[in-house]
Amino acid sequence: MIRFLLTRIGLIAPTFFGVTLLTFALVRLVPGDPVELLVGERGIDPARHAMLRAELGLDKPLLVQYGTYINQVLHGDLGQSIVTKTPVLQEFLTLFPATIEISLCAILFALLIGIPVGILAAVRRGSVLDYLAMGFSLIGYSMPIFWWALLLILTFSVNLGWTPVSGRISVFFYFEPVTGFMLIDSLLSGQKGAFSSAVRHLVLPSVALGTIPLAIIARMTRSSMLEVLNEDYIRTARAKGLAPWRIIILHALRNALIPVITVVGLAVGVLFAGAILTETIFAWPGVGKWLVESVRRRDYPVLQGGVLLVATVVMVVNLLVDVLYGLINPRIRHQR
Amino acid sequence: MKTRYMLTAIVFAGLGWFPPVFAKTLVFCSEGSPEGFNPSLYTAGTTFDASSRAMFDQLVHFKRGTTVIEPGLAESWAVSADGLVYTFKLRKGVKFHTSKNFQPTRDFNADDVLYSFERQWKQDHRDHKLSGGTYEYFNSMDMPNLLKSIEKVDDYTVRFILNEPEAPFIANMGMDFASILSAEYAEKMNAAGTPEKIDLEPIGTGPFRLLAYQKDAVIRYQAHPEYWPGTPAIDNLVFSITPDAAVRYAKLRKGECHVMPYPNPADLAAMRKDPDIQLLEQEGLNIGYLAFNTVKKPFADRRVRQALNYAINKQAIIDAIYLGAGVAAKNPIPPTIWSYDDAIKDYPYDPAKAKALLNEAGYANGFDTDIWAMPVQRPYNPNARRMAEMIQADFAKVNVNAKIVTFEWGEYLKRSKAGEHQTVLLGWTGDNGDPDNFLHVLLGCAAAKGANRARWCHKPFDDLILQAKRTPDVAKRTELYKKAQAIFKQEAPWVTIAHSVVFKPVRKEVVDFRIDPFGGHVFYGVDLRQ
Repeated sequence: MIRFLLTRIGLIAPTFFGVTLLTFALVRLVPGDPVELLVGERGIDPARHAMLRAELGLDKPLLVQYGTYINQVLHGDLGQSIVTKTPVLQEFLTLFPATIEISLCAILFALLIGIPVGILAAVRRGSVLDYLAMGFSLIGYSMPIFWWALLLILTFSVNLGWTPVSGRISVFFYFEPVTGFMLIDSLLSGQKGAFSSAVRHLVLPSVALGTIPLAIIARMTRSSMLEVLNEDYIRTARAKGLAPWRIIILHALRNALIPVITVVGLAVGVLFAGAILTETIFAWPGVGKWLVESVRRRDYPVLQGGVLLVATVVMVVNLLVDVLYGLINPRIRHQR
Repeated sequence: MKTRYMLTAIVFAGLGWFPPVFAKTLVFCSEGSPEGFNPSLYTAGTTFDASSRAMFDQLVHFKRGTTVIEPGLAESWAVSADGLVYTFKLRKGVKFHTSKNFQPTRDFNADDVLYSFERQWKQDHRDHKLSGGTYEYFNSMDMPNLLKSIEKVDDYTVRFILNEPEAPFIANMGMDFASILSAEYAEKMNAAGTPEKIDLEPIGTGPFRLLAYQKDAVIRYQAHPEYWPGTPAIDNLVFSITPDAAVRYAKLRKGECHVMPYPNPADLAAMRKDPDIQLLEQEGLNIGYLAFNTVKKPFADRRVRQALNYAINKQAIIDAIYLGAGVAAKNPIPPTIWSYDDAIKDYPYDPAKAKALLNEAGYANGFDTDIWAMPVQRPYNPNARRMAEMIQADFAKVNVNAKIVTFEWGEYLKRSKAGEHQTVLLGWTGDNGDPDNFLHVLLGCAAAKGANRARWCHKPFDDLILQAKRTPDVAKRTELYKKAQAIFKQEAPWVTIAHSVVFKPVRKEVVDFRIDPFGGHVFYGVDLRQ
């Protein structure tokens, strides 16, 4: 197990450098000069333009710029935003809890619905229920998030009036953030109605963001369940005369969930990609919206630092999933 | 809504932030996050809405909803006969905001004016480098070259001495970068070892004071009870940051916000029909144009430029691209700016005349050229790509074969400034309502390698606008600018396309919101019907 863990950790270092190189290169391959974008049509005097570029270190050869950047990163400094002049790490830490909150709720939504749907579809294989479940999951998987999110807003917020349109809590509640997690902070605030407002604000973004993982989880659970249900030990359990639900929940699901855990780990990447759109539409102040804005403004340090931090989070989550996978699956644990 | 106000009042009163009466809270669904809260450091309108227009005052103000200058923190001013010395008499009894870090011990005075300008101007100023220290608006208005000195005559008199006469200087003093910060607060924060707070939690004299900013989510302001022209009618102002226009509209419909900027053109018809929404509209202080690169052949020839002016069917463009939210432009300045000459005749759509002129210029068989189209939507041009296609089709009718070129926005600005284009679509939104801000900035010889994308340097025109710059008398300046507009039309360095109309949907309970010609959102003077 330790060797397995060390190999996995060992792989993180090169991936980390790969990400720095890739983001650095991609950000610079995209045309556009942050200084020009800052001044717009107004224009800027060439001498001043050169001075500002020099201040940002953009006048140096790319290799030197990359060297400086790596050196900074290794010293734990991700630089500061060209636009807001605030340290990148500070901005990330302010916004990240919002992204975690929405992602956790989305994945919870996906698991709570996806697994039962997957089980039902597998158990009733070939039934109308199976076709419906798989049909809907295909639709869910194929739907563009921004379209789906707007549809949810128009239906549930504007027409039915069940949920608020966007944001994390009604603007009429105000308290200093303590943890950055609105559900917790609203409880801590002690203000009446704050918690329920936070919950209501979470519903639509979680559904919008959780739909694709839900579709993936439902399909994965179904196929993995089908595989397990054909195993000998299930037949034995049946032959023993166990109740069908005991066979499914205790015998089949335990093993069927192993691949689902991997899928959930991989879904973290999908969630971050989805968060970029979901956060922009629902005016959710998380890292996704922050990164979109930094692309538009060519805020190199935010873009590089932000992507690196998000990539690190994805790597760590995947490592945890690998460990978890090893723990529950002895075949992996004992691999040499 | 009444229940909501009551609820707000109860919630806030319980926390001791607001007086236990019906607190009026106006929610503005702003389109983006501010870059920061010190307006002198930034250039974006979104930032100015959240900073200078809510929290600060300038020496002069623009009368709400107009470009007319009125006294602000300066009660009056005098200009010397040579146009070089501007003496401002400052208002007495103006109170700065209070915050948890700062209780002002004195009223606004000349030291605050000196601090606000010298920090931007003097590189050796203690706070010059604070928060990155780039003062792009101050620089782009050419202030470092314009200013010779700023002197404190007494506590309530400040004298600005210029290197050369500059009539638009007074208008510059009303701009966002010229906002007045508290020198006493800056001293105190430096002494406390937290100078960054000067910009992060700034103190101004404006109608609202900053209460809290939750990054990318909400900005909260509270009315400044001692605001010198009178306490604002609303008690609280909230910016609910909502980047997507469709979502802003949904929030407006649901009453989650009272005012929203930048509606989707496609939603305007539905907004007009909604009894809960008033759709305000006003011609914008802008111009969208096609500039000919006048230093390149064949556009060095005036007849070619005139011919292509005749060749473009402007009305068709306005109908198709602006969807009725634009008016045909004939002058390089919008009609809302003083000195606009309505007597000027535009080039009518006349392909036959265009062909005749091209023939006369020696291009009977036409020529090949390019049309640069912006990759982004701008207030003055909602769809440059489509506009370029329409112009391309019009040009083809007079045998001019044009290729459409586009680049990423930053690259587009850079390359067009370098003059790589033959013809380029661009535009401008005014900064201070002065004609000089269009005519000199966009068409003057001094800008021929910068913002003047036509690279047009025509001495008779340039002499007029330079003379107008040095003339303080508005009537005389008006005459000069009218003459300049006539020359411009005759010489045709641009095809003036349109001035777009600005739409602002607001809830019906909002009282007296006025569209700001500078594109900003000003909430002082706005009330809520309960």
